[in-house]
Amino acid sequence: MEHWSTNAKTAATQAGPQPPSIAGRLVSDPKVVVAGGFILFLIVLAVFAPLIAPQDPLEQNLLTATLPPIGFADAQPGFLLGTDGLGRDVLSRVIFGSRVSLTVAFVAAGLACLIGSVLGLLAGYLGAFVDTVISRLVDVWMAFPPVLLSILLIAVIGTGLHSVIIAIVVIDWTRFCRVVRTETMNQAQMDYVTAARAIGFSRPAILFREILPNVVPVLIALLTLEMGIAVVVEAILSFVGLSVSSDTPTWGGMIAEGRQIVHEGWWVLAAPLAALFATVVAFNQLGDGLARSLDPVLRR
Amino acid sequence: MTAPKTMPRLETTPRLAINELSAISLRDGNRPILRRVSLDVGLGEVHGLVGESGAGKSTIAKAILGIIPSQVRIAGGQIGFEGRDLLTLSANALRAVLGRDIALVPQDPSTALNPSRRIEAQMTDGLRLKRGLSAKDARLRALALLEEVQIRDPDRVLASYPHQLSGGMRQRVLIAAAFGLEPKLVIADEPTTALDVTVQKQILRLIRALQERHGTSVLFVSHDLGVVAKICDRVTVLYMGKVVEQGATAEVLAAPRHAYTKALLAANPRYDRPDTGLEPTPPDVIAALRAEIAAFDAGAAEGRNG
Amino acid sequence: MLLAVIVNRAAMALVTLAGVAVIVFVLLRVVPGDPVAMMIGPGATAADIAALKARYGFDAPILTQFWIWSEGIVTGDFGTSITLHRHVTDVLASRLPATLELAVMALIVAVALGGSVAVVGTLLRRTPGEAVIDGLNSIMLAVPDFIWALALVLLFAVALPVLPLTGRIDPALAEGFTTRFYLAESILTDRFAVAGDILSHMIMPALALALPLAAVIVRLLKQSLKEAMLQDYVLLARIKGFGELRLVLQEALRNAIGPTLALTGVQFTFLIGGTVIVERIFAYPGIGNLAIDAIINRDFPLIQGLVLLFGLIFILINIGIDLSVAALNPRLRHA
Repeated sequence: MEHWSTNAKTAATQAGPQPPSIAGRLVSDPKVVVAGGFILFLIVLAVFAPLIAPQDPLEQNLLTATLPPIGFADAQPGFLLGTDGLGRDVLSRVIFGSRVSLTVAFVAAGLACLIGSVLGLLAGYLGAFVDTVISRLVDVWMAFPPVLLSILLIAVIGTGLHSVIIAIVVIDWTRFCRVVRTETMNQAQMDYVTAARAIGFSRPAILFREILPNVVPVLIALLTLEMGIAVVVEAILSFVGLSVSSDTPTWGGMIAEGRQIVHEGWWVLAAPLAALFATVVAFNQLGDGLARSLDPVLRR
Repeated sequence: MTAPKTMPRLETTPRLAINELSAISLRDGNRPILRRVSLDVGLGEVHGLVGESGAGKSTIAKAILGIIPSQVRIAGGQIGFEGRDLLTLSANALRAVLGRDIALVPQDPSTALNPSRRIEAQMTDGLRLKRGLSAKDARLRALALLEEVQIRDPDRVLASYPHQLSGGMRQRVLIAAAFGLEPKLVIADEPTTALDVTVQKQILRLIRALQERHGTSVLFVSHDLGVVAKICDRVTVLYMGKVVEQGATAEVLAAPRHAYTKALLAANPRYDRPDTGLEPTPPDVIAALRAEIAAFDAGAAEGRNG
Repeated sequence: MLLAVIVNRAAMALVTLAGVAVIVFVLLRVVPGDPVAMMIGPGATAADIAALKARYGFDAPILTQFWIWSEGIVTGDFGTSITLHRHVTDVLASRLPATLELAVMALIVAVALGGSVAVVGTLLRRTPGEAVIDGLNSIMLAVPDFIWALALVLLFAVALPVLPLTGRIDPALAEGFTTRFYLAESILTDRFAVAGDILSHMIMPALALALPLAAVIVRLLKQSLKEAMLQDYVLLARIKGFGELRLVLQEALRNAIGPTLALTGVQFTFLIGGTVIVERIFAYPGIGNLAIDAIINRDFPLIQGLVLLFGLIFILINIGIDLSVAALNPRLRHA
């Protein structure tokens, strides 16, 4: 019954002035615009990398090894951000590196969100035994230091992109589970749910048609934050050498290499680090802005 | 209600001289909150400031203490204290005056004390800051003050946290702290409103006793004319920010000049005459008051334009 | 009352720890591929592999292995490290102090930095200055210790080469220590030059670990302080003539600190987790760095020992948080 949910939402937003459309609100928030714009830019880079990157990211040339970026002495045209120890163009590698990072961000965060949310919904709505089991599981899970756990998992299941994604999902689903569980428990007590039950709606129907839409704003904000976290975890795993094979350029791999030759070629570390920094901040600010724009209570 | 001794009109320089104080609310389109209020509090006098909620009594108190909220602006007048206009003092200068020469007895003893600090700390910090007492001396003074407000176990009270004391005890502590600084003026902001009726009388007597002993001037803010009648020498009646009646308490009570004052007196429940009902302010009195205020505002506007 | 809480938490902690132990144990042994073969390297004969398996007990069924290991735990024997050929307890004991000193230093830096900025932000409330602090802090909240560590490397090892990049102490100065708590010991024995050297090694990793925690502290503490400043008792203190800074520190702080303390404790566990990668970046010889090596080298006994150690630290910190929060609330102490 659509109008029950709408009633609840209207009641929640009664406090402030009538809000404009969701799209309108999102566009007017500078955080969302700038951060979202940057993410879109990254997506374009990743998708069209072969067309945008000036050089082949894998081409090694010892003659052009460790060249500084344009503007410094000994730089060569064609290598805007310099080259690494094997003569590979840093800029091209950074651009291609975005592919791995974004893939992991969207897939891993998405899966973690899905699994965590489902379990959280179940725990919050069904309560009792189901809730106890899931909550205990979350507690034990969260007793692990996440970085340690991710490294351990990769070492166990082997390296590769799929492993990284699995590791992130396995570690961070608890974050979604907790939040969704709390939110579900709050929503489940609200009048519109009681009313729906009185009318005779089945539990799954209530779960998905009534409660879920109210949980979605929190979820979207959390998902965006998680993407930022996933990018960092991937970079850390690449850094330690446990991500994709060393041929594929990744920001973490470049950072590891750059760390080794930091005195001879600081740009090899600086470029991917800057890209990572900007991406993480962008996802974070986007998540922040989304949370503010989508949640009527937070918008005070 | 027995009125205290009648005090003659002041001949000497008053302790506090509020002159033509006006204030407006910036949020309500410059709606006037105070309309050229003038009142004097003499040396050793207890002056009652009476009015219903929203009459502007708290605004006057806040103006004296320099804590008016940001949406209120002083539109004119002076607050004379010790030969200076408090409204023109810098923040630092005002801070020097506060605590040493002016003190406050707040309305709600349950929120006015810091729940995480012991009573001793809260009573002695002012003494140490403003009177330069050492920790030991400040503690002795605090003990003496607590005895003055008839707290029987001052050592235990000093060592306690606020939540361990009753409302009445907390108010006594606050009164002791306020008077203990030996200020020249104490503002008592509805000090009995949050207390049980049985405790109210004791507190009033206490305030009067302390005031007499230390020779402090008191500005007693209240909405209850009955309470004011018990301890105030003179009284100012406020309606919608305008002074409606002013004079010695006994005279005002016996022969109120303004209809509003009469209505206020009639509104007080007479426990000694249980058959008389409660009288709300008659509508024609309200109408007359509104007209009076409107005329005042119009006159003020003309004065501005003229 | 308090004792009951502690006992309860301790019991739950043991259960959680046991669960963690079981999970790790099983996880390691269901690894696809033969870990022992990986340990030994190519060119080994089947006999060599079998011998190694027997030596470390990997040929027994999992349940038996777990039983043997658990028995060992109870008597304090965590097994022998496969790669380092020493008792796991020895290895852990020799590396733990370094990480503890680093973590504590990071905590102190985070609290000092975060606390000061929160107080400044409160004093600047409703001015543009606060907006600046909020904006900067918002960005700082997004950046993990991993990125800070590398940024510091670029800044202080390359741009301004004033700090050493790796290790814990100049090898020439590493003599004459009875404990492994180098920093504490050097300060307590008045060897300040040595302490200075250790600090110069520690400051970058500690700062990298501290900054994310400081940002969290700023956000929460400033919020709590601002709320506390609106209370009546602060107003009364202001009327007594106290200045702004005094009001924040004397009246507001003790009422605002509760939630921040609890959150700091939780975040501190993340900080400990962060030592894994930060120590790696700075080649700092603590248990974090050890963990990565152990995992890459498939050193099972060492990995199990480390996981239990980390788990134990987490649990102790959580208990510590609960105790501090309870201790700070006068209502609970003097009910």
